[in-house]
Amino acid sequence: MSNNGKGVLTGEFFMEGDVACAEGAIAAGCRFFAGYPITPATEIAERMARRLPQVGGVFIQMEDEMASMAAVLGASWGGAKSMTATSGPGFSLMMENLGLGIMTETPCVLVNVQRGGPSTGLPTAVGQGDVMQARWGSHGHYEIIALSPSSPQEFFDLTITAFNLSETYRVPVVILADEAVGHMTERVVIPPPEQVHTVDRRKPTVPPDEYLPYKAEGDGVPPMAVAGDGYHIHVTGLTHDERGYPAMNAEAQDRLIRRLVAKIRDNADDIIILTERDLDDAEVVVIAYGITARVSMLPIEMARREGIRVGLLKLVTVWPFPEKRLIELAGQVKAFVVPELNMGQIALEVQRVVGSRARTIPVPHPGGTVHDPKVILEAIRSAAQ
Amino acid sequence: MTQLAQREIAETHPRDVLLRQDRLPHIWCPGCGLGIALNCFLGALMKSGLDLKKVAVVSGIGCAGRVAGYINLDSFHTTHGRAIPFATGLKLANPELKVVVFSGDGDLIAIGGNHFIHAARRNMDITVICVNNFNYGMTGGQLGPTTPTTAFTTTSPYGNREHPFNIPYLAAGSGAVYVARWTTLHVRRLERSMIEALQKKGFALVEVISPCPTLYGRRNKMPTGVEEMEYYRRKSVIRHGADPRDVEIRYEGEIVVGKFVDVEKPTFIDLLPNDNR
Repeated sequence: MSNNGKGVLTGEFFMEGDVACAEGAIAAGCRFFAGYPITPATEIAERMARRLPQVGGVFIQMEDEMASMAAVLGASWGGAKSMTATSGPGFSLMMENLGLGIMTETPCVLVNVQRGGPSTGLPTAVGQGDVMQARWGSHGHYEIIALSPSSPQEFFDLTITAFNLSETYRVPVVILADEAVGHMTERVVIPPPEQVHTVDRRKPTVPPDEYLPYKAEGDGVPPMAVAGDGYHIHVTGLTHDERGYPAMNAEAQDRLIRRLVAKIRDNADDIIILTERDLDDAEVVVIAYGITARVSMLPIEMARREGIRVGLLKLVTVWPFPEKRLIELAGQVKAFVVPELNMGQIALEVQRVVGSRARTIPVPHPGGTVHDPKVILEAIRSAAQ
Repeated sequence: MTQLAQREIAETHPRDVLLRQDRLPHIWCPGCGLGIALNCFLGALMKSGLDLKKVAVVSGIGCAGRVAGYINLDSFHTTHGRAIPFATGLKLANPELKVVVFSGDGDLIAIGGNHFIHAARRNMDITVICVNNFNYGMTGGQLGPTTPTTAFTTTSPYGNREHPFNIPYLAAGSGAVYVARWTTLHVRRLERSMIEALQKKGFALVEVISPCPTLYGRRNKMPTGVEEMEYYRRKSVIRHGADPRDVEIRYEGEIVVGKFVDVEKPTFIDLLPNDNR
């Protein structure tokens, strides 16, 4: 174990998911964290409060989650990779400035360790009810990237991925973790720093008088100058033109919103990560994410032993939704089984995409605990019929 | 006329360099005090000795929130009430920056009130210019957190029944190390206070009492900017070092102006546990 120059805590650990997330952030180059205590995400803030000063970063506990998200955006425009972490009630409060981050194309990472909701719900128990909130929770129409880890190791790995995606596409990236993964403690391997792949935002290469802060390059992403770089940028949450100036008309709205949406949609193949298991011969596919993907492993094995040809499609990337892959699979399988710790959110997406090409069997669960594997097994059996 | 013709007419104004010329004219109403407040601020910036490449201006939402869009520096027009926490992140990510929040009383003291008191409590190293026009102008003249009791606004049609915030008292009570108040009539004193606030280490507040004839004044017996300025001339009293508790502004009452607080205290950054800061 060594805490080397880049701050990467290389070694093998018995580590809690929330702590692994914090270490992933530091390994990715995160040097600013603003947050507000909330179960079950508090351990991320606590770890960052201890670790950031050791690596030249800044931790601040803000007065609420609106302030936390605002500070994270400000820090990104100050040139730092920045992150916050929260759970349902705080996630609701962050929706306002998540929208500002999307509109101003501000790279940052927002972790939501989901618990049971609505409202205060079940603070200490697992839920996956914020999937659609991550997709649509802030007002207006936008695209979002959301990743969902199923283990502490994956929480570490995906936090690095989240930073890299945020820097590549200049978007806030959401990590949709859950209480079970956040509070799970198991083996986490942190690689040496030279094996940690990190991405930094593109900087402008032109002098200030030629720089248009919101003129995109080929991939739909504009190079980013930050405060103090000498570019005298103007950044606004209002609809703006390529200069970054407010432009209160339908044409500017059309240009900007189409580009913000396209930079995710057009790059979806590069963004989407899926883990596939036993899909080659599958007639039934379980689609799951987060802790539920892990819970689904046992019923899948049991069904295989019964002779049912069933596989797993784990959504590592929940958003953008893997429509292309689902349409491919829909031609091959009888049914999709969709267990999740909500009353049917991703199940609706699956239905939307596959339509009548295959059956969609939701396995809803309101949260508080994970699925009984027998319930998922029963759904697989009925799907195979 | 003849005198004017004999003078050399300048092509540019000395402060043009600090304005985004391609964004002018501005959106503010005739008689509004924001132009005066902005002009004083630009003068203060020029005289402050600060490296202007390292000055960033952050605004929230509202008429005063539009200031960031006209200043030719790194400038951020954020969400309603969140200018101070955004500025906090900006400053902490790059402590070399001088970060100024320029916004209105509704933005900073109502929807952003919690952020205001906590940034002051932490002694976050930012300068806050709070333009107080006693109402919400951008949305058409509603009751604000500073509207004097009995004043008329579109949402207090029977006269305001609430007690207003006394901003200098709120700031001082929350821990601000510099607190001053002027009206837009006191341009030289206002500029001087802005210079001091910019040079101050820590949470420095300058409240600027400013006319809003279109939306506030005309409902409260001051239908033009000149009449509001005349009210400031009649009723302002300079009282440096006044106890902030005693500077509440009542309807048609006295406006105590001056520098109320100027003390030293370690900032949030001074107290960070990092070795390298």
